[in-house]
Amino acid sequence: MATAHSRTAARLMISPAVLLLLAWMIVPLSMTIYFSFLSYNLLSPGTEEFIGLLNYEYFLTDPAFFAALGNTLLLVGGVLVITTVGGVLLALLLDQPMWGQGIVRILVIAPFFVMPTVSALVWKNMFMNPVSGLFAYGASAIGIEPFDFLAHAPLFSIIVIVAWQWLPFATLILLTALQSLDSEQLEAAEMDGASKISRFFYMVVPHLSRAVTVVILIQTIFLLSVFAEILVTTNGGPGTASTNITFLVYAQSLLQFDVGGGSAGGIVAVILANIVAIFLLRMIGKNLEA
Amino acid sequence: MARAVTTRRKAVVTACAWAIGLTIFFPILWTVLTSFKTEAQAIADPPTLLFFQWTTENYSEVLERSNYFRHFANSVIISVGSTILGLIIAIPAAWSMAFVPAKRTKDVLMWMLSTKMLPPVGVLIPIYLIFRDTGLLDSRIGLVVVMTLINLPIIVWMLFTYFKEIPGEILEAARMDGATLWSEILYVLTPMAVPGIASTMLLNIILAWNEAFWTLNLTTTNAAPLTAFIASYSSPEGLFYAKLSAASAMAIAPILIMGWFSQKQLVRGLTFGAVK
Repeated sequence: MATAHSRTAARLMISPAVLLLLAWMIVPLSMTIYFSFLSYNLLSPGTEEFIGLLNYEYFLTDPAFFAALGNTLLLVGGVLVITTVGGVLLALLLDQPMWGQGIVRILVIAPFFVMPTVSALVWKNMFMNPVSGLFAYGASAIGIEPFDFLAHAPLFSIIVIVAWQWLPFATLILLTALQSLDSEQLEAAEMDGASKISRFFYMVVPHLSRAVTVVILIQTIFLLSVFAEILVTTNGGPGTASTNITFLVYAQSLLQFDVGGGSAGGIVAVILANIVAIFLLRMIGKNLEA
Repeated sequence: MARAVTTRRKAVVTACAWAIGLTIFFPILWTVLTSFKTEAQAIADPPTLLFFQWTTENYSEVLERSNYFRHFANSVIISVGSTILGLIIAIPAAWSMAFVPAKRTKDVLMWMLSTKMLPPVGVLIPIYLIFRDTGLLDSRIGLVVVMTLINLPIIVWMLFTYFKEIPGEILEAARMDGATLWSEILYVLTPMAVPGIASTMLLNIILAWNEAFWTLNLTTTNAAPLTAFIASYSSPEGLFYAKLSAASAMAIAPILIMGWFSQKQLVRGLTFGAVK
């Protein structure tokens, strides 16, 4: 068993990681909280003053906030629906015997490794551009008017781009989960006369549901912070049509230099993410005990 | 006992899977193809898939005109540097949590994970201001530090799940034989842990390479990695599809190749061991 000596050593070995993360969490976060109570604009330094909850009041009653909140929910929800439904179907397909499975897997997983700025630019210019994009050629080839995706359906376009990036992630995780299903158990059930359908619903679905939950929770964490795709394609526009909370906070603080308001927005974003995080942590914690 | 599969069924599955796979992969394929076209061919109507005059002039032009190598070097320094720094900090921590678990080990792990869930905008302003006041804005060191801290929880977690699988009895046997803590780490643990460390390294380089919130917000020119360099093509005057494609292809190629090798580790790392 561990001796007192090795326990001290163990504590020493953990401490750098813990202290660094503690500092990374506490220092900037408490600064954000502090700023959120100030009237603080980078353009007029030295005029900071305490204004209580006024920043929150402004931020939370700003029409842009409601637009951004709605957009965030649509973006996260839309991408989640596409990637989990698509991911389950694709994982079930890829789990079947076929020729060239390894190569198909590689093709499907590839978009996940493309950096967000590249995928956003490629989709924006080479596919969604109303003049020279591939979709425009396709439209004119079949005789319909090309559609300016990013101008007329900016949020939808961004959902498509982000879903393309995350579908591989969902597929890969669900496929891994599917392949870890004990095939002997499945065969035993088959021998016992369980039909294909009941095998699917009583064995595969329960096994997959855990992985689906993990996919949903992890993606939500990342999707709440989608930023580069919006910056590169629409810059949040037109108006606030494709602004999410992350982009709104960025715009308020680094484009309008309103540190106070931006900080209040940042704290709102932290609270929203925490709601998701609590569920995710509980789930992973349970797994740690198992 | 392998189940008999009819050839026809297998053929149908194969056709569907390949069609879907190629569709999903198409934007990347199209980017690579376009990178070998001339600018005129890149926007030609109708578009050509394969039968065009292949040229590599876009690549040489991108390399010549932009500071491509600088941005590439920045990406390498930031992703590899932050990963190595992260490993140096995380290996001892993960080691002690896996082999000398205390009562609060699980809580510490969960807490570390929770820091990963802090949305970056929540700390954007303070980090930006601290960086501005300390001259770290647009510096490689600054980004290495931020990237290390962002990925530290994932590194600790991944290492922890790998270390957990190393049988502790081996360590105890070594201890009985009189091995000290450090020789235990050096001669017993390290050889067994290298595969796990390598996977962790790979995944973290990928994550850091593609990170596009901090890199876009904390750099302008000097320390800008490829993510920020590509974003600079979004300005209207940068609408040269062939060159954009060449720059994109070069930016994603190294990581695409690494990524294909690390599919399994990716699942483990990104789900914090919840799916293996």
